[in-house]
Amino acid sequence: MSHKVIVPIGPYHPLQEEPEFFQLYVEGEKVVDIDIIIGYNHRGIEKLSESKHFDQVAFLVERICGICSSSHPYAYVLAVENILGGESLVVPERALYIRTITNELERIHSHLLWLGLAGHFIGYNTVWMWAWKYREPILDMFEMITGNRNNYAMFKVGGVRRDIKDEDIPILKKTLDELVPAVDMFKGAVMDDPVIQARLKDVGVLTKQQVIDWCVVGPTARASGLNIDVRRDDPYGAYDKVDWNVIIEKEGDIFAKTVVRILELYECVGIIRQCLDKMPKGPIDADIKDIPAGEGIGRVEAPRGECFHYIRSDGTNRPIRHKIRAPSFMNVASDKVSAVGGTISDATLTLAAVDPCYCCTERVTVINKPDNKKILNGWDLIKLSQEKTNKIKENLLK
Amino acid sequence: MNLKLKALTKSIWVFHVSAGSCNNCDIEILDCLTPRFDLERFGIQLVGSVRHADALLITGAMNKKSVPKMKKIYEQAPKPCVVVAVGQCALSQHMFKDSYNVEGPLDSILPVDVYIPGCPPRPEAIIDGIVKLVKKIRGEK
Repeated sequence: MSHKVIVPIGPYHPLQEEPEFFQLYVEGEKVVDIDIIIGYNHRGIEKLSESKHFDQVAFLVERICGICSSSHPYAYVLAVENILGGESLVVPERALYIRTITNELERIHSHLLWLGLAGHFIGYNTVWMWAWKYREPILDMFEMITGNRNNYAMFKVGGVRRDIKDEDIPILKKTLDELVPAVDMFKGAVMDDPVIQARLKDVGVLTKQQVIDWCVVGPTARASGLNIDVRRDDPYGAYDKVDWNVIIEKEGDIFAKTVVRILELYECVGIIRQCLDKMPKGPIDADIKDIPAGEGIGRVEAPRGECFHYIRSDGTNRPIRHKIRAPSFMNVASDKVSAVGGTISDATLTLAAVDPCYCCTERVTVINKPDNKKILNGWDLIKLSQEKTNKIKENLLK
Repeated sequence: MNLKLKALTKSIWVFHVSAGSCNNCDIEILDCLTPRFDLERFGIQLVGSVRHADALLITGAMNKKSVPKMKKIYEQAPKPCVVVAVGQCALSQHMFKDSYNVEGPLDSILPVDVYIPGCPPRPEAIIDGIVKLVKKIRGEK
């Protein structure tokens, strides 16, 4: 009979920037089960959103996650525009292109960030430094277009806040031209390096069936052969006006996930270039005053997968319900199948391979034991004890 | 000057604690270590365990679940330990002020030595904050 040991990781650990708590159940070197405990980042954004008016919520949802600070506001404005009749009816065409460019620049920066962190986890700090070095020019572009390195404040209901100036376009194109050789180098370094291949292949495998069962989305699902991409399936912005491919790999291991993300970088560069060329002149904002009563949804392909926002309005200037489902919510749960069966040394990488974002995922949970008994804390016990005393008192008085 | 404090001014090792942040401040902290800003040339580096740390960089809106853990980490840190509040959330809780799941700002929970405002603060601002911290320990103006 083998002995089961629990390895606690977290909540503050050098593995990931955000606090989260993993419990690995191990037998020898092998991981047999895993528990993920979250909630260290929960800020009650859905509730806060009900107390802010429609323009303010865009700034609030931007701060759900620092990396997806264009996907969340985009999904939110899509949801509000869905109440108004749909993005393509409401928003001027130039704004659609600017939205697409912002969203794709974000994907480049997010994928480079993950690539660097993955390199760090397997002990290739050079990859980390390289990836983050090439990420800096993209952040500079964000600063040029939107005014801030992160938290772009670019999206508003009915358009975008800032225009892309004509003199910025050559600089943007030049930065993209300089990025492509760097991505080429990464592609060579990852795909041809025997050490990386040995380290990443057949590790943390998710089969296509498992991906469907666990509702995995985004690059994690595409690396397992599932052909799913909101940009193509439910086009928004200018994605149906430009040519690009959905990258699919069959294997489902971490190597495939890396390859999908690297190849997507090329697609992002292609989409931005086409958008810059095709972008028409014109207004960037429809100047929407009132939001009618109704409900709407917005779906955006965030760098990690499908990001979903639901808005219900009663005709006042505030949403009365705002529901957010971030991609990591489904992806993180798939650790239960991908990390189990591997070794502890692979677990760190497998847990990071879905590009988890716990800030997006955070939920409040009420913990119930299997026998439906609530776990009691110190205050509850004192309360129980006082109740019993009161009961005895009452009985004695009778 | 206290010998222990003097040692702090040479090469500060930092430990990073996120108490309900949105990742941005955390990424900008990591960004300080990467080639463009390269804080490690001053001997400043992120360490994996709080027991090796001279300074705590705390970000985030002080989530109710992470505050007890943060206090525990502060107790584990070798003293003297300086606390740096990074980002608007740690300073004043920013737009999460009215949330049901946050406690007061960081300086109502732990003694804070340096405040770095910004949402998120630029890497330059973080570096500037650390330089001011070193000057403060040395007693310079």
